[in-house]
Amino acid sequence: MGSTTAGSIAVAAESTVATRMSARPSFDVADFPVPHGREEEWRFTPLERLRGLHDGTATATAEGVKVAVEAPEGVVVETVGRDDARLGRAGTPVDRVAAQAYSAFERASVVTVPKETVLTEPIRIAVHGEGGTAYAHQVIELGAFAEALVVIDHTGDAVLAANVEYVLGDGAKLTVVSVQDWDAKAVHVAQHDALVGRDASFKSVVVTFGGDLVRLHPRVTYAGPGGEAELFGLYFTDKGQHQEHRLLVDHNVPHCKSNAVYKGALQGDDAHAVWIGDVLIEAKAEGTDTYEMNRNLVLTDGARVDSVPNLEIETGEIVGAGHASATGRFDDEQLFYLMARGIPEQDARRLVVRGFFAELVQQIGVPDIEERLIAKIEEELEAAVS
Amino acid sequence: MATLEIRDLHVTVEADNATKEILKGVDLTVKQGETHAIMGPNGSGKSTLAYSLAGHPKYTITGGTVTLDGEDVLEMSVDERARAGLFLAMQYPVEVPGVSVSNFLRTSATAIRGEAPKLRTWVKEVREAMERLNMDPAFAERNVNEGFSGGEKKRHEILQLELLKPKVAILDETDSGLDVDALRVVSEGVNRVRETGEVGTLLITHYTRILRYIKPDYVHVFSAGRIVESGGAELADKLEEEGYEAYTKGGASA
Repeated sequence: MGSTTAGSIAVAAESTVATRMSARPSFDVADFPVPHGREEEWRFTPLERLRGLHDGTATATAEGVKVAVEAPEGVVVETVGRDDARLGRAGTPVDRVAAQAYSAFERASVVTVPKETVLTEPIRIAVHGEGGTAYAHQVIELGAFAEALVVIDHTGDAVLAANVEYVLGDGAKLTVVSVQDWDAKAVHVAQHDALVGRDASFKSVVVTFGGDLVRLHPRVTYAGPGGEAELFGLYFTDKGQHQEHRLLVDHNVPHCKSNAVYKGALQGDDAHAVWIGDVLIEAKAEGTDTYEMNRNLVLTDGARVDSVPNLEIETGEIVGAGHASATGRFDDEQLFYLMARGIPEQDARRLVVRGFFAELVQQIGVPDIEERLIAKIEEELEAAVS
Repeated sequence: MATLEIRDLHVTVEADNATKEILKGVDLTVKQGETHAIMGPNGSGKSTLAYSLAGHPKYTITGGTVTLDGEDVLEMSVDERARAGLFLAMQYPVEVPGVSVSNFLRTSATAIRGEAPKLRTWVKEVREAMERLNMDPAFAERNVNEGFSGGEKKRHEILQLELLKPKVAILDETDSGLDVDALRVVSEGVNRVRETGEVGTLLITHYTRILRYIKPDYVHVFSAGRIVESGGAELADKLEEEGYEAYTKGGASA
């Protein structure tokens, strides 16, 4: 097993998160040099497995991905052109692949939950890879005081680069579950930008099981005080898979909260998980309350974790700020304890891994999603122990 | 009648890149219905004996035999030993985050009994066993040993003893860290199991205090990796008065 766990709390006049990127955020791919792999934002990613998403050689194909949106009554689902004014409000691409996606997509999907509309059924978005290459853009917008649950499922095989925007009006409540259940060869790189309105609540649940390479960039900024963001993530990284989650929460207004909890299990040779947790508390963001945590459970030899929490605080007038990161091997004492009670080794391992994820799964708060995740974890474990 | 037979048991452990022999020829026979107290100073190897019998991978058996009703215990994996009827109540029970006590107990009982207990009778069985140990029913929904006080951990061990009904129970310093009230409750639990006459008990302890609650049939003094003296309950009284000094000196010169 290899792992690095480095954490830092910096008090800086200027954000090092912004300055250490190789280029400023931009919608135009031409503003980003082609990465060579030593840049801070690319150093953990195997560029040769990006299938050309990073260097302009990946061309969209006719059969890329199929997107099907199933929405309850009252929700407006549209497909729009590049010039639609509602695009690009929640954030700006921060790396070359996100900018490539923004520069290359032809049609965007916009899903709107009008103000004060409280949905009782989820919006389901199925993104199915048809074996080709695609650039995509998706906007999900909730008007003031609207409430919605969105489940985005990624399946099949594709090379996909995308930007997803979540725009939350004042007092809105949005839960988004993004499941990456790709076939073994898929490559998926996406930036998720959430703009959280005044007193709005955003909950993101990112679940990554499949794919050859998945690199996601969930980012949160606030449009007004009183906003809350919860970023939960769960990944199960198997033999040969690269799964990278790069979080950024920018506390750019006062009195907002954020809580990030990502947990991953790894098994098999060259399973590689990367977790970057950047939290900025800007000078004007008094009253901020933030916590971030990453835990990894390494089940076999040959897996690698890179976990880097990074908290930058520009004001001392905050409620709380903390971070934690831990990567541990499977605990043989737990195994011994369970086996000493007659439980066979494989059942004991399952109990421990299920237990590792259980606390996180319980926080999702959507029963059918929780059940599905538990079933999926079981499935991964079956594959592991058999 | 179930019998645990330990013959000339030698055990080593790896520490600081060196192999150290901890058990140096242990002989002991524990029969169903009997209670044996093993007493000895810190570092004498008492806990090593307990964990070696349970099959902890840290310990290497270098000589001797252990049989349970003639079956070779040392050939069995940890879970097989438990299913064969050995139970170790641990001095430091391990936390298992995210696994509830009720799930753990049921999984364990299913493994030991060979079939899942009927839900209705099981719920009642657990509830009654918990009541007898003065355990709050809410306890069942907590994660195994997570955030438990010392007393709660030991009660939870004895709860398992009552539910799993082993042939031979090894209690490794179950009394350590308990106040008098908790010690009484835990001892009563052990006595309930003993009174069935179906369990052989190996009570490992540093102190004589617990022997006021759990009366042993035999007392063995453990020093420097072996049993150096055996006797009846009166031997405990002698230890109470004189301490281990005579044995540790003897052990050092042996």
